[in-house]
Amino acid sequence: MESGTLRRVTACVVLTPADRAIDELIGVFERRGYVVIGPRVRDGAIVLDELHGVVDLPVGWTDEQEAATYRVHRGGDRSLFAYAVGPQSPRRYLSPPKKTLWSALRIEGGFEFDDGVAEPPPYAFVGVRACELAGIAVQDRVLRDGPHPDPSYVRARERAFFVGVNCGSPAATCFCTSMGTGPAVEAGHDLAATELLDEDRHELMVEVGSERGAEVLADVQSKVSWRSATDDDLDAARNIITETTVKMTRRLDPVAARDVLISNLEHPRWDDVAGRCLSCTNCTLVCPTCFCSAVEDVTSLDGDRAERVQRWDSCFTLGHSTLHGAGSVRGDTRSRYRQWLTHKLSTWWDQFGESGCVGCGRCISWCPAGIDLTEEVAAIARENET
Amino acid sequence: MVPVMSADVDSTTTTASRRAPVGPMVPARYRVAGRQPEAADAFTIDLLPIDEPIDEPEPGQFTMLYAFGVGEVPISVSGCPHREGGVLRHTIRAVGATTRALCGLEAGSVVGVRGPFGTGWGVSAARGSDVLIVGGGIGLAPLRPVVRDVLADREQFGNVAVLIGARTPADLLFVAETEQWRSRPDAHVAVTVDAAPRGWEGNVGLVTMLLDRLPITTDRSTVFLCGPEVMIRVVARELVDAGTDAERILVSLERNMHCAIRQCGHCQLGPLFICADGPVVTWAAAEPLLEVRRW
Amino acid sequence: MKTTSIRDLLAEQPVLRDLEPADIDLMAGCSHNEVFAAGTSLAREREVANRFFVVREGHVALELHAPTEPLLIETIGAGDLVGWSWLFPPYRWAYDVEAIERTRVIVIEAACLRDKCDADPAFGYRVMKRFAHVVIDRLHTTQYRLLDLYGAGDVR
Repeated sequence: MESGTLRRVTACVVLTPADRAIDELIGVFERRGYVVIGPRVRDGAIVLDELHGVVDLPVGWTDEQEAATYRVHRGGDRSLFAYAVGPQSPRRYLSPPKKTLWSALRIEGGFEFDDGVAEPPPYAFVGVRACELAGIAVQDRVLRDGPHPDPSYVRARERAFFVGVNCGSPAATCFCTSMGTGPAVEAGHDLAATELLDEDRHELMVEVGSERGAEVLADVQSKVSWRSATDDDLDAARNIITETTVKMTRRLDPVAARDVLISNLEHPRWDDVAGRCLSCTNCTLVCPTCFCSAVEDVTSLDGDRAERVQRWDSCFTLGHSTLHGAGSVRGDTRSRYRQWLTHKLSTWWDQFGESGCVGCGRCISWCPAGIDLTEEVAAIARENET
Repeated sequence: MVPVMSADVDSTTTTASRRAPVGPMVPARYRVAGRQPEAADAFTIDLLPIDEPIDEPEPGQFTMLYAFGVGEVPISVSGCPHREGGVLRHTIRAVGATTRALCGLEAGSVVGVRGPFGTGWGVSAARGSDVLIVGGGIGLAPLRPVVRDVLADREQFGNVAVLIGARTPADLLFVAETEQWRSRPDAHVAVTVDAAPRGWEGNVGLVTMLLDRLPITTDRSTVFLCGPEVMIRVVARELVDAGTDAERILVSLERNMHCAIRQCGHCQLGPLFICADGPVVTWAAAEPLLEVRRW
Repeated sequence: MKTTSIRDLLAEQPVLRDLEPADIDLMAGCSHNEVFAAGTSLAREREVANRFFVVREGHVALELHAPTEPLLIETIGAGDLVGWSWLFPPYRWAYDVEAIERTRVIVIEAACLRDKCDADPAFGYRVMKRFAHVVIDRLHTTQYRLLDLYGAGDVR
């Protein structure tokens, strides 16, 4: 993916003003039966939550991220999307932290299943970043495209609508450019927007990514002022992407990382990082591609009703690798950290034909010990002991 | 909710979609048709389908067995329906809550079955070569269908040897059937235990001891090997040192499993998902992975 | 302070009795001292077995790695030999050897000793006899351990 380019498509329009356009867009979604999910400020972070109007967005807010650091503050301007990604990703909605797979009732001579569980509403994600769309594509390979597709994921995925946003304010922890997953939204979107904001104007340039995207856009266009994107508009959007790309300082070479990690499984750096890692599972919780889950069979107190529940799990827990319920294969932090990183960056390639990392940088910001996987890979590559 | 014209939202099923649960995580119900003790803490359970039966398993594959209200565990198939008169057979060692519950079920009880999952032993690929089957402890259970398939099609294979090891005589599985196998002139069957009381007239010693006296040429054989991981390692290495091709030694591995469909992440051994890329793998593929401590 | 030569250290080892003074000289030519800190590894399973050890002080654990935790086979202490995989191909350690406490060993280079055995068969024969004796002793004690003499008697 060439950074700094935007595909020039015929259906590329500029909506004015940007805030009204978003407000109308949310209204269109609600009338069409979607629950709108997007960024909101809450508890000192920009999280994902329901949006009912543009005022729910982090208007004028921006963020600052570094290893073990996440801060948000109000910049004071009218911007709608002047921040990078927060701790949550659309994964939370497409593959919820806890879901009931089925329930069953004890009957004479056995048991029978209840009717299927209620499914969640269709979601319209507003403000998704390129790295998040890339993360969803990675999860698709795991949960949808194999021989046993997860039915609730497939359903949620089919119904989900994505309004992507091209990043203008990357965090210091971002490295999507190295991973080829951004910053421009180029795939997986129904609509992709670029916020064009300066003293004279606040507009939203929108391009179409799918038929239903075109339909929704047409609906919004009937409610706000709009014009076709001019060459100047396209240049302005292109410049935003270029500047974002230039601002990105962290780097990871996905192919080199894959090769160097798998050939250094006993490198002393693993001991070094084990001395810092708390095995707290934060990285796996915030990662948009992590898919480990635990399946639990639970019963009511009277033993007559049983449920199978699936919930997020993490390879950083001791229980993740227990054998026969006695002892864990990965009994120390060193082996668990190694498992996480070598899976994410190396063996994921063997399993799914691509890297498991999309360069969103969340794991760096949200690690309380400030462990930076780009730095760990670089350290191992530098003192390569193959 | 206003019905919409565009196809993007199916408003009739937004909140209350109710239909029978489907998907790879929903078990098929089976009834316990028979149950017999095998060893001190192991039972063989025979099942017949109530719901639509699962696909015919291949030797080496496993199912996820569900005890209502207790839990679900991966258990290797120890008898495939087409060879067992239609019953699906498993031999289970009671080591935890779910396996204890399954071993305690009376005939007529209902269990859930998902599967079959994983890679099979690939018995037909061994046609034309000598066959060595080595089972240690409960590891003989997933090998029983191999022995039965090979002996049922005996002329397709070269020399056949079955080596069985267990802790004590009381821990041996399929004792009566082993005697039947042993009584055949066209199969070499040897059993050994680590320790035995007086009165035991069989071998006492490690199963590797039996490798020396085989009528098969280990360097031209296909080997099917299952047991505790350390035993697999020791036996496989001795075979490789004696000239057996590591690509023709098949082993069955075990890891923590929740979903059995390559989506929960628990059963990974390096790049392999043991539920889908295993449990049967070649020793050539397994050895470098098992050598990495705690991976 | 008098420093003891490697030759004299070898001569002191009870496990190497039956070897003649000239044999000790030959062996000393393949030997040197090493110290292992507690918790460090002297050898790893499947590594090339190109040396073996006589423990002078301290003790080591022989272990097999298993999925959830290493299995302790036995421990070897001062005055005893560690390692005989160097004797025959494929020359690979059968298990891990780890120092339980700070351990001083005499390291004997295997290829060097094998060459000397080949060059002087009488020497080689005496070395092999000594080793066979060590192995037989170790086997007997292992067999007695297998009898589970202190056990609950589920075998009886």
